[in-house]
Amino acid sequence: MRTSRPASAVFDGPTRIFFVLATVFTLAVSVGSLLPADSPFHVGALTTAVLGKYLCLAILAISIDLVWGYAGILSLGHGAFFALGGYAFGMYLMRQIGDKGVYVSTLPDFMVFIGWEKYPWYWLGTDMFWYALLLVFLAPGLLAFLFGRMAFGSRVSGVYFSIMSQALTYALMLAFFLNALGFGGNNGFTDFKSILGFDIRSRGMGTALFVISSGAMLLVYFVSRVIASSRLGLVLVAIRDNEARIRFAGYRVERVKLFVFTLSAMMAGLGGALYVPQTGIINPNTFAPLFSIEMVICVALGGRGRLYGAVIGAFAVNWLKSLLTGLFPDAWLFVFGLLFVVVTVFLPDGVAGLFGKIGSLFARGKPAGEESRGDLSPRDLSQGDAARTDDFGRKFEGKFEGKFKSGEAGENGIPDNAA
Amino acid sequence: MEFPTTRPDPKGVAAALPEWIPKAQRKKKFILFVEDVTVSFDGFKALDGLTLYLTEGELRSVIGPNGAGKTTMMDVVTARARPDSGEVFFTETINLLEKDEVFIAQAGICRKFQKPSVFESLTTRENIELALKAKKTVWSTLRAKLSGEDRDFSDKTLELIRLADQRHKPAGALSHGQKQWLEMGMLLAQKPKLLLLDEPVAGMTPGEIERTGELLLSLEGDHTIVLVEHDMEFVRSVSRIVTVLHQGRVLAEGTMEEVGANEEVVNAYLGGKLEC
Repeated sequence: MRTSRPASAVFDGPTRIFFVLATVFTLAVSVGSLLPADSPFHVGALTTAVLGKYLCLAILAISIDLVWGYAGILSLGHGAFFALGGYAFGMYLMRQIGDKGVYVSTLPDFMVFIGWEKYPWYWLGTDMFWYALLLVFLAPGLLAFLFGRMAFGSRVSGVYFSIMSQALTYALMLAFFLNALGFGGNNGFTDFKSILGFDIRSRGMGTALFVISSGAMLLVYFVSRVIASSRLGLVLVAIRDNEARIRFAGYRVERVKLFVFTLSAMMAGLGGALYVPQTGIINPNTFAPLFSIEMVICVALGGRGRLYGAVIGAFAVNWLKSLLTGLFPDAWLFVFGLLFVVVTVFLPDGVAGLFGKIGSLFARGKPAGEESRGDLSPRDLSQGDAARTDDFGRKFEGKFEGKFKSGEAGENGIPDNAA
Repeated sequence: MEFPTTRPDPKGVAAALPEWIPKAQRKKKFILFVEDVTVSFDGFKALDGLTLYLTEGELRSVIGPNGAGKTTMMDVVTARARPDSGEVFFTETINLLEKDEVFIAQAGICRKFQKPSVFESLTTRENIELALKAKKTVWSTLRAKLSGEDRDFSDKTLELIRLADQRHKPAGALSHGQKQWLEMGMLLAQKPKLLLLDEPVAGMTPGEIERTGELLLSLEGDHTIVLVEHDMEFVRSVSRIVTVLHQGRVLAEGTMEEVGANEEVVNAYLGGKLEC
């Protein structure tokens, strides 16, 4: 059977370049992190952890791009799924501390502190690695499924959906601040000791976490590419373009949205789970709306609807953030705001859009598309309508041999020819 | 193509259907059965006891002044609007009032909107591919492959709508008339049983209008078509039977000459003021 999109469609030009670059980057950093400190290719433990952190944020950015860049669902609360994944894995990390905590109890310190004597029921089984891993996908996935079912089911979309998603993450933030919820309240989870018995602070663990993060990022990228290059990817773009119309082509928009939203939340959860051991902390601030908005802006800066744009955005913005908050702590938000304005005005397709433009300069003959798009239809439409109504009046007048008195009929919708 | 056997008289089709025919049997004759449908928006009756029957393979034009209820009639058939009362059946068995728009689309009722609505950032060809008749669940769409047959069919459709050269162009870059055609092509790709066309030649050049007419005539017989159009010359050139709507009900039905000679129709087009 012939197919329109062979397997190579998943690995199109940019994707291939991206995978090669990402592999080279991963090899360079991971090998460098294992070299002795005096080697010129040495990568410090801190740098490795920071780069690993960026990779996790890149996973979150890809997951946002999948729902926003393709399906046009602007979620301003994706940080919630990231945080839930983080908390799910954090529970396992807390159980790994065992009785090595300050209070020398099998319970985490924060539970001892608020006077609990045993784990609440929802901590059951979190000492098992596989269950924690399952929870990393299940918790955000379930929340996204229920939230999406409610929102998409009642056809909430556009800015209303964005506001609701933001309310969701804000509500979760307030809830997780409560000590009584059993997730460490204000301080969250920290002071992790080991994963699967291995010391979390060892150099080998740092390298391993980095490599796993990179692998996870590539996996998430690959899954997103598979969807984007399938017919479902076309449906997503069609939903973004004209949600009402695609229903009349026979697609159940709500189900498509629910599927991609839930999948995206699970991806975000994976990112969060890998983020926590590398930063050594998870607390309710990850649920803060500002974090989610920052990640959305990362995607916008990188260029949405391209996946690699999201990765570029996540790396560039967070690198700049680390740099600036070190040098001028007060200036960061101003620079960030300015950057967003500048890119929106001068590079509406983000940094990745710039690549595309440069690329199309080299590849002549291909339709430029972008430039001519959009400005045709409104003008054409109004001219067309005017022409049509005029035609109608003239022809109908002819039909009824002058019985049609122009000028008197305006109110009933017959074009007023005298005017 | 033969003339519909149940050709209605100009005064309205209801007279052709005596009361004693059981409802179930009446529905059998028609591909679309709209009876006594009333739709009101905040007290305003967009449709007021509309009754319309369509036989298979027919090309029916629906005309009428603005606000006559033409678009609302299509909204009711495609479940975009729910009537307060009345019955709407597709073929003999499908009660359209119980179904949603996605089911109706999958059942073979396809609609072209007044404003051409194509997916602007997808290419012409991708627009057609999306519309292709297939199982459209999430999973099967994710795994969908374009078979050789699908490919040939979409190529043929692209040629029919004269967009074969534009297949890799984003639909947003097409001209207004080409967008109208593309949307028609998308309908055809769905292999519909019933086509609802809302002003398909609006904004087209005379040449384009002529070719659209040829296209519609070539579809007649294989597809049942409801055409809502303001361009009277176009209506006369393509359809044999015309239904005139006015204030949400059928005013007259018959050939163009018959309805043109109808006093009530002329009055309706001149405006309600004169009647009152």
